[in-house]
Amino acid sequence: MNIVVCVKYVPDATGDRKFESDNTVDREGVDGLLSELDEYAVEQSLQLKEKLGSDGGDSEVTVLTIGPAGAVDAIRKALQMGADKGVHVQDDAIAGSDAFATSLVLAEAVKKLPHDLVVCGMASTDGGMGVVPAMLSERLGLPGATLGSSIELDGQTLKIRRDGDTATVTVEATLPAVLSVTDQSGEARYPSFKGIMAAKKKPVETWSLADLGVDAGQVGLEASYTAVEETQARPPRTAGEIVKDEDGSGAKALVDFLVSKKFV
Amino acid sequence: MSTTAPARTVNQSQIMSRRDLDFLLFEWLGTEELFGRPRFADHDRSTVESVLELAESIATTRFAPHNRAADLAEPRFDGTRVELLPEVGDALRAFAEAGFPAAPLDQGVGGLQLPSSVFGACMAWFHAANTGTTGYALLTAANANLLSVHGTPDQVDRYVRPMLEGRFFGTMALSEPHAGSNLADLTTRAEPQDDGTYRLFGRKMWISAGDHELGENIVHLVLARTPGAPAGTRGVSLFLVPKHLVEPDGSIGERNDVVLAGINHKMGFRGTVNTAPVFGDGAFTPGGRPGAVGYLVGEENRGLRVMFTMMNEARIGVGLCATALGYTGYLKSLAYARERLQGRPAGVGPEEPQVPLVEHADVRRMLLAQKSYAEGALALNLYCSRLVDDAASLDDEGARREAGTLLGVLTPIAKSWPSQWCLAANDLAIQVLGGAGYTRDFDVEQHYRDNRLNAIHEGTHGIQAQDLLGRKVMLDGGAGLGLLLDRVRATAQRASATQDDEAAAHAAALLAAADRLVEVTGALGALGDPRLVLADATAYLEAAGHLVVAWLWLEQWLAAHGKEGAFYDGKRAATRYFFARELPKVGPMLDLLASGDRTTLDLDPAWL
Repeated sequence: MNIVVCVKYVPDATGDRKFESDNTVDREGVDGLLSELDEYAVEQSLQLKEKLGSDGGDSEVTVLTIGPAGAVDAIRKALQMGADKGVHVQDDAIAGSDAFATSLVLAEAVKKLPHDLVVCGMASTDGGMGVVPAMLSERLGLPGATLGSSIELDGQTLKIRRDGDTATVTVEATLPAVLSVTDQSGEARYPSFKGIMAAKKKPVETWSLADLGVDAGQVGLEASYTAVEETQARPPRTAGEIVKDEDGSGAKALVDFLVSKKFV
Repeated sequence: MSTTAPARTVNQSQIMSRRDLDFLLFEWLGTEELFGRPRFADHDRSTVESVLELAESIATTRFAPHNRAADLAEPRFDGTRVELLPEVGDALRAFAEAGFPAAPLDQGVGGLQLPSSVFGACMAWFHAANTGTTGYALLTAANANLLSVHGTPDQVDRYVRPMLEGRFFGTMALSEPHAGSNLADLTTRAEPQDDGTYRLFGRKMWISAGDHELGENIVHLVLARTPGAPAGTRGVSLFLVPKHLVEPDGSIGERNDVVLAGINHKMGFRGTVNTAPVFGDGAFTPGGRPGAVGYLVGEENRGLRVMFTMMNEARIGVGLCATALGYTGYLKSLAYARERLQGRPAGVGPEEPQVPLVEHADVRRMLLAQKSYAEGALALNLYCSRLVDDAASLDDEGARREAGTLLGVLTPIAKSWPSQWCLAANDLAIQVLGGAGYTRDFDVEQHYRDNRLNAIHEGTHGIQAQDLLGRKVMLDGGAGLGLLLDRVRATAQRASATQDDEAAAHAAALLAAADRLVEVTGALGALGDPRLVLADATAYLEAAGHLVVAWLWLEQWLAAHGKEGAFYDGKRAATRYFFARELPKVGPMLDLLASGDRTTLDLDPAWL
């Protein structure tokens, strides 16, 4: 069983994010990490491999990412958690790619890897569009079982539960398939010391667009359908509004304030 | 000025500062140099960064969330079992599954030979996040560390390995109800049996983690006397006494004759249960008769020596705990002072908006004082941990011995200075928050209560002072102090060589204090009356401590020299603060010692 788990290297949400003049994220000036939502995808991939155990033959989890040099940190974290090998697609021409272009590069990379199951997180924590898994399934011509909060594999049948606002549905797909998992699918494991040491010896390949046979003109900011038009820094924290109660009108003033903000 | 560090965003954690840990490990201590030594050859910078990230992650998500809850719901004893919050066990399981208990130990006993300095940086996260829960891990690590060196191969297999896997926990059972600091008066007795084991009988006191249900077993290391043993500390032996006997195949056997008389209710550090265990009272009868089954560790009558071989690291660990609590209190009061709007600068009318607390010079004074204590103490602890690494890994035997000697003289300071001054930092953190700081709505009051223990356990402040002046400074003709002062002078020389006026002034002040310490140490040695010499040993400990931390601030100044940015400016400001407002305190303390003042020595207790 070959599982390919797609992960993204994103800016650390606890840091101050900055943007370049073309409104793409300044990745050099901020620490990056494995997107927390993709940790769930790694976890489910590892659990599937563990459940298959020796019955799964030579099950293998390959971590796939696209990104600048630092993105190898995201692969390394997944390898420390227990994945077997990594593929890093790195090419300056990819910078600024939107979800559409990203899914093209991912699909071409997946095609070069043996794959029975392609696993993604529900969305990235920076872009947050959540459309790459569906696009990937379309590009690969594989069934897409998306937004799974619980995942089962029975032979060649993948079964997931998808929790919606009004209903919970069960989705089945036959392998090979694309799967995306939510943050309800199960807490991701921590790496361990042994995992950290073992990860140093696990192979990571770096591929360029040329290796994938993708033309640079199909990706990057210029080729993207969507682009960030404008960004604004979060407004600074203000002093707030103090309601004074010197003549017994305080309660009414408080209620008026809450109504004006549509809190009540 | 040149910039060597990238302008990356600052980590916002209020538990510890990863930025400062990186600075100390990589920009100051040169941790990468360790990876070239055979003992640490399996490690490199990327593994160390991953390990630090792991510590931060587990400390933040598993330890910090129940810190307050474990303080409010202190351990309960129903007469047979100790009940703890379930979160304590969850956190310690995550800690063990990640591999932290085995990290610094030798590969031969299942360890990973992580440098002690890196392990210390990791442990700072856990202490700062939740020192009560970390206490169980710290005691177990100290226990496993001792047994891995002095235990038999069978003891290592049966007890150390399960401790490293997180299945067993450990204690250090030294004190008794009538003998705390004075181990010479211990009375717990160990009677040899025909099969080579011993049966122990006696009561212990102040034993942290003495009973709980966190794991499958508890391994007590117990000091006791064998029949006919010499009086005093020379007749004390060390025994391994498990709560449950362990079969040769490693399975859990009979319950041993160890129970609790009760638990102690503490001011702080409540997450770690503190107990009064009873050995051999007949509550259980292993092998059909009363008496706690024990196994000798090392040789008879050498127990204290065996116990104290690990004491340097245990005491640095206590100092690190004090440091971490001071550090997190600083970060939390800093965050509060940046956000809380209160008052206006002098001369600004009430029509103008209020300013954050941090805009007031007096608040900045309290924050900078905390910074100078907490970051100075962290440098001290990590420097000592680096000496542990050097003593274990340097090629040259003389250099290894030198590191060990210097570590010996610095250990009482590494334990006591943070216990005193990071508590002072916690006091200032409460003050920064004002009335809010005195409520249980904020963490800083708990940090103060938790930290108050550190000047008491693992050898009180007074005991550390006697150890420094009565033993370490006098050992080998003052070799340890000589080595320390050589390094202090070398730092001063490097500071003078920068051609920076401020650094030169710091260097001159440091050298003057060092010379005065040498002078007063010589004068004390010439007094001839040990009672008079030791009467004010605490003044000596505190003066030497301030001198050492001033030295390490100058070291940090040098590591920051030529680098730009708020982080490095902060290091320079804290150095300036320490030299202007703290180092001058050394003079009066040394003057007191030089005066041979007999006030406390001659004081009749009736006059009190």
